[in-house]
Amino acid sequence: MSNKSALKVDSLRKSFGSELVLDSVSFDVPEGSATVLIGASGSGKSTLLRCINLLEQIDDGAIFLDEEEITNPEIDIDQTRRKIAMVFQAFNLFPHKTVRENITLAPVIVHRLTRDEANQRADELLKRFGLYEKAEQYPDRLSGGQQQRVAIIRALAVNPRVLLLDEVTSALDPVLVNEVLMTVKELKEDQSSAMTMVIATHEMGFAQQVGDQVCFLEGGAVVEIGASAQVLKDPQDKRTKDFLRKVHEAGRL
Amino acid sequence: MSSTGSESREGRGEGVSSDGRALSSGGWSPSEREIRRRSFRRRAALRYGLIAAGSSALVLGTLLIVLVTSPGFTTLSDTFFNWVYGAQVLPKVLLGFMTNVTLTVIAASCVAIFGLAIALLRTSRSPALTPFRFLATVYVDLFRGIPMILVILLVGFGIPALRIPGLTNNVLILGTLAVIITYTAYVAEVLRSGILTVHPSQRAGARSLGLSHFQSLRHVVLPQALKRVTPPLLNDLIALIKDTGLVSILGVTDAVRAAQIASSRSFNYTPYVVAAIVFLLVTIPLTRFTDRAIRRSIERQNAQGLA
Ligand SMILES: Nc1ncnc2c1ncn2[C@@H]1O[C@H](COP(=O)(O)OP(=O)(O)O)[C@@H](O)[C@H]1O
Ligand SMILES: [Mg+2]
Repeated sequence: MSNKSALKVDSLRKSFGSELVLDSVSFDVPEGSATVLIGASGSGKSTLLRCINLLEQIDDGAIFLDEEEITNPEIDIDQTRRKIAMVFQAFNLFPHKTVRENITLAPVIVHRLTRDEANQRADELLKRFGLYEKAEQYPDRLSGGQQQRVAIIRALAVNPRVLLLDEVTSALDPVLVNEVLMTVKELKEDQSSAMTMVIATHEMGFAQQVGDQVCFLEGGAVVEIGASAQVLKDPQDKRTKDFLRKVHEAGRL
Repeated sequence: MSSTGSESREGRGEGVSSDGRALSSGGWSPSEREIRRRSFRRRAALRYGLIAAGSSALVLGTLLIVLVTSPGFTTLSDTFFNWVYGAQVLPKVLLGFMTNVTLTVIAASCVAIFGLAIALLRTSRSPALTPFRFLATVYVDLFRGIPMILVILLVGFGIPALRIPGLTNNVLILGTLAVIITYTAYVAEVLRSGILTVHPSQRAGARSLGLSHFQSLRHVVLPQALKRVTPPLLNDLIALIKDTGLVSILGVTDAVRAAQIASSRSFNYTPYVVAAIVFLLVTIPLTRFTDRAIRRSIERQNAQGLA
């Protein structure tokens, strides 16, 4: 892992109407590292990810991808989005396309791969994540965990610079959670090509295993940020301690 | 590893209460960067407006000049756009148009009820309803396949020819009936396809909550289906308004017939143009209104920002 910053969020501010949802949020994501966002529901994790993916117009601050300001309205939004992939809580697979078609859609029509190249790459990924035999199936026929893994593969198929994962296991039952988390972990195994990720999650064990850095949000502000072991095992701020204790009591650590 | 960007943070941080919850935006003022961003967006919007205005002026201006300078323009304008004569016939056309409006209101109400009934019948699964499902299918196939003008002629002239006592000979009523019969077939199909596009998991969700078949339809499936088919239904409504003009062939004095009478007396086609404008005055605002209504309902449900 190099220390070059792949993604940098600086003093980000976002409100919906009169409700301030993100307030002066700043952090750096070094290349090949994973930053985990934790915080109660409504603390602004999804909004933060959506801002990074340029799905929301921000009120102030800036976001940089490889030193380039992507929140500059003069740049081409579509070009930038091609470098950032996002996986949603609710899968968002296209129900009218097969697994393979879901995966090859963007590579073919956005990134101009030939159909053969795209299929080949899709099949490689499907094999790597043990879903090859589902290639011809429609998403509705898959289990939730399989659907979510397909969604992750679909995001990977465009070779993104940064991968954003928004509570990718929240809609799954516990047995299926693990297979999805293993898939994400796998993205970090290979040191040389580790994926740069920003992950919003409620799974603290996972946060510790995958996260290099953990960022605790409350009411849209960063309360505490630091190395994952430090924030999760030895939090400094009282609010972080309270939150982790509640999570612990709910039996999720 | 832990890093907190600290540049350009002056003047921020107020308006955050002790528990970290940002309560108001008091104390915050946009940064240099945000101000630059906003002024860029303003300039972009201005540029967009100027280009739109310039291109519209150019295209419409050219069209107008070509029209006005064309050789037949004076004859054309006198035969079709004689506004003095147009003003004279306007009251008659408007009076006739009241018939179209009344007919539309009555027909649309009946079509909505019958169309929905047939759509529900065709999507039902009950074995007891099999013969009715069959009849409904035959009815829809038949009346979607026959030109409406034939249905109007058959009903308007055919039924009186039966001379059944007690049955009306009123061409207005018979014409309305013909319109209803035809449009019910179309609307039933639009509604049925809407119902079929609602995902089965929605019905399953409702049934698992203990809602009956009818209750799931009424509270879960239909609301989603109707929202989806609103655009095509409004299309049909606009087509219906225009098609009420067809009953004029039975001798009903609607806007079209009134214009025809006036035009055949004067050998001038301005009354037709007047009637066309009267129809447009109703149909165009209706399309604009429905476009807006649809967009707003979509935005309300999907709070998903811009994408
Ligand atoms: N499109 C929206 N319109 C208005 N308010 C929104 C919208 N999206 C999110 N919010 C509000 O922003 C806050 C943060 O939401 P979110 O980012 O989804 O939190 P989290 O993902 O941490 O649960 C919530 O109070 C939510 O109500
Ligand atoms: Mg969320």
